[in-house]
Amino acid sequence: MTETQTRVRTVALAGNPNVGKTTLFNALTGSHQKVANYPGVTVERKSGRLAGVRAGGDGAPSTSAPGVEVVDLPGTYSLAPKSVDERVAFDALVGRIPGEPAPDVVVCVVDATNLERNLYLVTQVLDLGLPTVVALNMTDALDEAGIEIDVAGLAERLGVPVVETAARSGRGIDALREAVLDPPPPAQGVGWELMPAVQAAVAPLAEALGAESDVPPSQLHAEALGALTSDPLLAVWERRAPRFHQDVLDTRAALDARPVMYRMAEMTGRYGWISPVAADVVRQTAAAGQVTVSDKIDAVVTHRVWGPLIFGGVLLVIFQAVFSWAVPAMDAIEWLVGVTGQGMRAVLPDGVFEDVMVEGALTGVGNVLVFLPQILLLFLFLGIMEDTGYMARTAFIMDRAMRKVGLSGGSVVPMLSAYACAIPGIMAARTLADERERIITIMVVPLQGCSARLPVYVLFIAAFIPAGSLFGVIGYQGLAMTSLYVLGTLMAFAAAWVLRKWVFKGTGSSFVMELPPYRMPQPRYLWRRMVDRSKVFVVRAGKIIFGLSIVLWVLASYPKLDPPPALAAQMEAADQAAQDARQSLVDIDLSGRAELEGTERASIESALEAADAESLVAQNEWAGYQVRNSYIGRFGHALEPIMRPLGFDWKISAGIVASFAAREVIVSALATIYSAGADADEESLALRDAIKADTYPDGTKVFTPLVAVSLLVFFVFALQCMSTLAIAKRELNSWFWPAVMWGYMFVLAYGFSFAIYQGGKLLGLG
Amino acid sequence: MTLDALAPGATAVVTGYAGELPARLLEMGLVPGTSIEVVRLAPLGDPMELKVRGFLLSVRKDEAAHVVVENA
Ligand SMILES: Nc1nc2c(ncn2[C@@H]2O[C@H](COP(=O)(O)OP(=O)(O)OP(=O)(O)O)[C@@H](O)[C@H]2O)c(=O)[nH]1
Ligand SMILES: [Mg+2]
Repeated sequence: MTETQTRVRTVALAGNPNVGKTTLFNALTGSHQKVANYPGVTVERKSGRLAGVRAGGDGAPSTSAPGVEVVDLPGTYSLAPKSVDERVAFDALVGRIPGEPAPDVVVCVVDATNLERNLYLVTQVLDLGLPTVVALNMTDALDEAGIEIDVAGLAERLGVPVVETAARSGRGIDALREAVLDPPPPAQGVGWELMPAVQAAVAPLAEALGAESDVPPSQLHAEALGALTSDPLLAVWERRAPRFHQDVLDTRAALDARPVMYRMAEMTGRYGWISPVAADVVRQTAAAGQVTVSDKIDAVVTHRVWGPLIFGGVLLVIFQAVFSWAVPAMDAIEWLVGVTGQGMRAVLPDGVFEDVMVEGALTGVGNVLVFLPQILLLFLFLGIMEDTGYMARTAFIMDRAMRKVGLSGGSVVPMLSAYACAIPGIMAARTLADERERIITIMVVPLQGCSARLPVYVLFIAAFIPAGSLFGVIGYQGLAMTSLYVLGTLMAFAAAWVLRKWVFKGTGSSFVMELPPYRMPQPRYLWRRMVDRSKVFVVRAGKIIFGLSIVLWVLASYPKLDPPPALAAQMEAADQAAQDARQSLVDIDLSGRAELEGTERASIESALEAADAESLVAQNEWAGYQVRNSYIGRFGHALEPIMRPLGFDWKISAGIVASFAAREVIVSALATIYSAGADADEESLALRDAIKADTYPDGTKVFTPLVAVSLLVFFVFALQCMSTLAIAKRELNSWFWPAVMWGYMFVLAYGFSFAIYQGGKLLGLG
Repeated sequence: MTLDALAPGATAVVTGYAGELPARLLEMGLVPGTSIEVVRLAPLGDPMELKVRGFLLSVRKDEAAHVVVENA
């Protein structure tokens, strides 16, 4: 190690998409950022601390690396960004993110099995003139690919150190860390040749840019060439270097007139250097054209007939499994919540505090936690799709269909991710090159059924759809769930079509996508993602739902009222009758007259039973009266006229309003209201049963199957999620579109529920 | 002949361009002299899956129509 090196503070990981940058980042920093097998997983700049040498290393103090920041960047194919995520990578590398200077060292991560194309970005990065190390990743896959690489030869040609790594197994990480901490001098570039006509045009432009901006001299040529050949890169200078901007436009006009194909000059020039180098350092050991496992899988999975069938089948299986496989785990959690409730009742002193904790907090949180297994299963399945490489194939299969609604295969990944949660779906839209397509995708992604809807779906489907199955395989409940997801997705397509047709007119983007080789999913990462998701879910339940449940319980329990006189009299009479009957039984026992035992005793016992039942009825009515007149009851009743046409009573109305913060709140809200409204003897926390039993004062059911369908459809369409609105605002940089998003989804929700409930009643289904 | 006219299984070499090709395709290596294999078409007949420089690439036919090729 030399001591003369200036201290390294930031190291940036750059490279093509899907080459293992994040896997390397995780290995270098001990982080757990998301890794998956499709291009465009990372769409944000993420940073972490370089971890020290692992115990058992040589322990050299100079490598313990205090305070080195490692930055993981989104993948990019070139330094001429075409989409938001690539822009992030570009800006970070050239130090154009406010407050973030350019990195001290760039690690250019390269997929060894795909060297030639990866070298395009490498040569661009080398032209930036920063200290650079090339990480030749995926070296573990070289054998199978039948490739050998002359690493020393490659390093010599590139003029920078090349470190062999296999990030997934951790091989080469220590060597990479050392190379980074002992960085090479600034890269010199490889000396590729631009066609003379363009070279002659770039030189004066570089000079003009140098005079008008603070771009470091070593980068002037690259920046000038970028501005000449790429519109997004030119746009940067319109304000910051207006004279240079004008010069570029003039130069373009002059070149166009001759004509010189300046736009492709950089690509042909760089590949002109790369192709012979790649031919030199890469040796194909296996016969070319050999059919790989990936090819065989693809032949089936993207087959004309099997492909779409498999895709549909996969989705159906996921929703089926989410329904049936989760049941044992759900039962276990339900049981645990019940036991906890009994334990709390036993331990806590009787009184308001006990009631708040058991009927409010535990009921609210427990009824939501029950759905954790389902959500984890969904994440597991989506994780497998992402990790194997199947996700990219769905984009390939779906592109043509997506084009019909003005989107492309590129928006398939955001839309599928949104089945887990709209937020990663909205973020994933960053990979879309067409800005209008990105906005449309963000606008429709929240219609995709997300995991926060699962609790609502499962609760009402389990309560109202019979458990049987079609042909003994396809369960009705799973089928119902699938149709809710299909409904949301179809509406997302329809909304996209409308937006493309009337608002964001245009031909739509191109669809150029790399199809990665299939890989075995990594159990470690799948597990990690499920653990992370559980944490998010539990923390949400712990914070939002816990607090809201207590508030809701208090609102549902107060003010405390006296029973109305008629009810009070009824309760008193029933209690009196029961007491009399008990006394008579005691008298009989005491009198010891055996002849009374038969007839008289039986009639007194039945009188007692009747009196007890009447007392219970009165008690329930009293509890119902209490909750109806509670704060939330009054609020719900005030809303009822608006929601009544959809078939919703005051409880559902109040629950819907509460769930505008987050969808699953409706489940805990209903649970809390029912629990506050139930008399204290009732130990059951199972909301499903309370819902089915609930009636209006006239004895008709509150939840008919028609009401349940109307409510489910409301939840398919309504945008009840603060976080989605906040992220959409951040990604679109305005409140306007998020507001439109909320509005159109509410109109859809109200409109469809209205049509379904009123239509159903007309058909006599109510 | 343009790239979109090739049938699955066919190979060809890029010789030039007709009209404006997305820059992305050039950056990914579809420069003149590059050989391309059409691996298959998507179930709905579009996009096409290509093998270029050892990796698989999905490209729409109307974009492939900008690439002029010659049989290898
Ligand atoms: N065989 C092998 N696979 C690897 C290696 N490193 C990463 N992978 C796999 O490659 C895929 C992509 O890894 P990521 O770390 O997400 O790649 P990335 O470069 O961050 O991708 P983007 O964020 O999309 O740009 C995953 O399936 C990884 O498991 C490696 O050294 N060997
Ligand atoms: Mg990544």
